[in-house]
Amino acid sequence: MFLALRELRFAKARFGLMGAVIVLIAILMVLLSGLSQGLVKDGVSGLQELPVTSFAFEKDVQKDSAFTRSVVDADTVETWKSRDGVNDAAPFGLALVNGANQDGTQVDLAVIGVEPDSFVAPEPAEGEGLLDANSVVLSAHAADDGIAIGDVITLERTNVELTVTGFLDGQHTFGHVDMGYVELPTWQSINAGLPLDAALPEGKEGEFTAVAVKSELDTDALATADEEAGTTTMSLTESYGASPGYTAETSTLLLIQVFLYAICALVAGAFFTVLTIHRKPEIAVMRAMGASTGYLLRDGLGQALILLLASVGLGVAIGCGVGGLLQTTAMPFALVTGPIVLAAVLLIALGLVGAAVAIVRITRVDPLTALGANR
Amino acid sequence: MTGLQITDVSLVLGDGDESVTALDHVNLSVAPGEFVAVVGPSGSGKSSLLAVAGGLSTPTSGSVTVDGHELVGPNNRELSRLRRELIGFVFQSSNLVPALTAVDQLRLPTTFGKFDDARDPMELLEQVQMAHKAKRRPHQLSGGERQRVGIARALMTRPRVLLVDEPTAALDRARSQEVVELLAKETREQGVATVMVTHDHDVIKHADTVYVMTDGRLEKQD
Ligand SMILES: Nc1ncnc2c1ncn2[C@@H]1O[C@H](COP(=O)(O)OP(=O)(O)OP(=O)(O)O)[C@@H](O)[C@H]1O
Ligand SMILES: [Mg+2]
Repeated sequence: MFLALRELRFAKARFGLMGAVIVLIAILMVLLSGLSQGLVKDGVSGLQELPVTSFAFEKDVQKDSAFTRSVVDADTVETWKSRDGVNDAAPFGLALVNGANQDGTQVDLAVIGVEPDSFVAPEPAEGEGLLDANSVVLSAHAADDGIAIGDVITLERTNVELTVTGFLDGQHTFGHVDMGYVELPTWQSINAGLPLDAALPEGKEGEFTAVAVKSELDTDALATADEEAGTTTMSLTESYGASPGYTAETSTLLLIQVFLYAICALVAGAFFTVLTIHRKPEIAVMRAMGASTGYLLRDGLGQALILLLASVGLGVAIGCGVGGLLQTTAMPFALVTGPIVLAAVLLIALGLVGAAVAIVRITRVDPLTALGANR
Repeated sequence: MTGLQITDVSLVLGDGDESVTALDHVNLSVAPGEFVAVVGPSGSGKSSLLAVAGGLSTPTSGSVTVDGHELVGPNNRELSRLRRELIGFVFQSSNLVPALTAVDQLRLPTTFGKFDDARDPMELLEQVQMAHKAKRRPHQLSGGERQRVGIARALMTRPRVLLVDEPTAALDRARSQEVVELLAKETREQGVATVMVTHDHDVIKHADTVYVMTDGRLEKQD
């Protein structure tokens, strides 16, 4: 890399311009990664935090809206619970409602109905758990919106009044709204659109959304269990897709990211194509002097690697700086190391592929052209 | 066999009706320390001779050896190694690498492989009277200075054969004389077999032997 380093230093402006483009792509990549992680967090963090391995929904339920459409009953919980390999199973209800606290502060909630002694019962980090039919345990995120312990939240339509008794540890959201845990019968009333003291319609008493399952069963065993229990199982991660907007949001962002990777490869390819064509005379001279193809390829690729490492590194640093600021705003944004490192590695790898396609041209430079005519 | 031996070499370029006999049964022997000049009209085959002598073109027939190593037959990889280890090229003026300073131009060929007995670049620059401009890049040097650096670069790895292609094409008369004198001096001091191709009849007086190329045939000038 004797020559590569000296060329980088010599043609600072040219390489700097190329580097700047890659820096901008890397910044954009970090911001997109942060946005997509933020959306994931807003969309499904409440599910991610659950001690659940899979959900058993109503048989043949539409998968992308399972949480709002599915209905199962108490017998199904028992069927699942009694299966070998299933550690625990419990009722799980989910309903999206709007409400406001006593000061008129609006709160949108994903009301989760659970049995207070089951394995999916909320574990508050602050305050207390489910004390009675009116108590609700909220995602800590709701505290940021001005809700406090002791507040009374009145739900629209049913006028059910819920008292905040505790907060969970950190953000627990579903479909961009905070989760609020209530006792199962309370959930059943809310879901049916009735006040708490009204009797549930015939047959609605024992119903909820899904069976929350904690098991060591593999996909095949789960399918067999499904067959026998008359349910449709989704693993915890599969169930993310049933969060409103989740699939659309994440796939759009993924598409933009894929485009950025392609742009990175193309930009690197175009730059090194022009550079290699420009360097043709000196490459012919070096080949005539006996530089091997391997030497010239190592030198050219080494140069591309240094340029990519430096620009992607700088871009990620700037992106994380900007992202750190965004993270403190209300925007769904989360800097997560894993995806950022992956994006950086992919940018470098794809940039290198683009550069390599251009740099292999040096193998076609004929050393014979070094002789003769003055050029 | 030391030095350069070209034995009964023919080179036919192009094919069919278009084919040109660039070299026609050429014989040339250059001993270590001998300075040979080749003159001839344009298109007579001078560059072709250098290309064949340096393993850049494979002759249609005949044999080329450098220090006993045959250049006709080996694959490109092997030819590349032989060029790196045994042959030095001096090209026309503009063939230095733009990004490198004079002293780095000299270091460059030593990075192509392992050279235990490579010359000291500063010492060699001193010898071609370019040490005071060691940190300059090609665009900051005159044509004659560039050519001196080019000659020094070709000598860095102690080649056995030095092939020089029209070294004075871009220089004025005084500069041409200096450059060719330098080539003659280095040839003798280093004991290298040198072939210089030129259009310039003024500089051939520095050569030990002069050959004339006409239509691919090489003849010794008296
Ligand atoms: N690639 C090629 N294909 C066909 N013919 C070629 C090719 N290269 C050179 N020739 C022909 O071979 C002959 C010798 O060419 P060469 O370049 O060796 O001449 P030269 O003596 O170096 O000329 P000049 O003094 O103009 O550089 C010329 O007639 C030329 O047209
Ligand atoms: Mg020529």
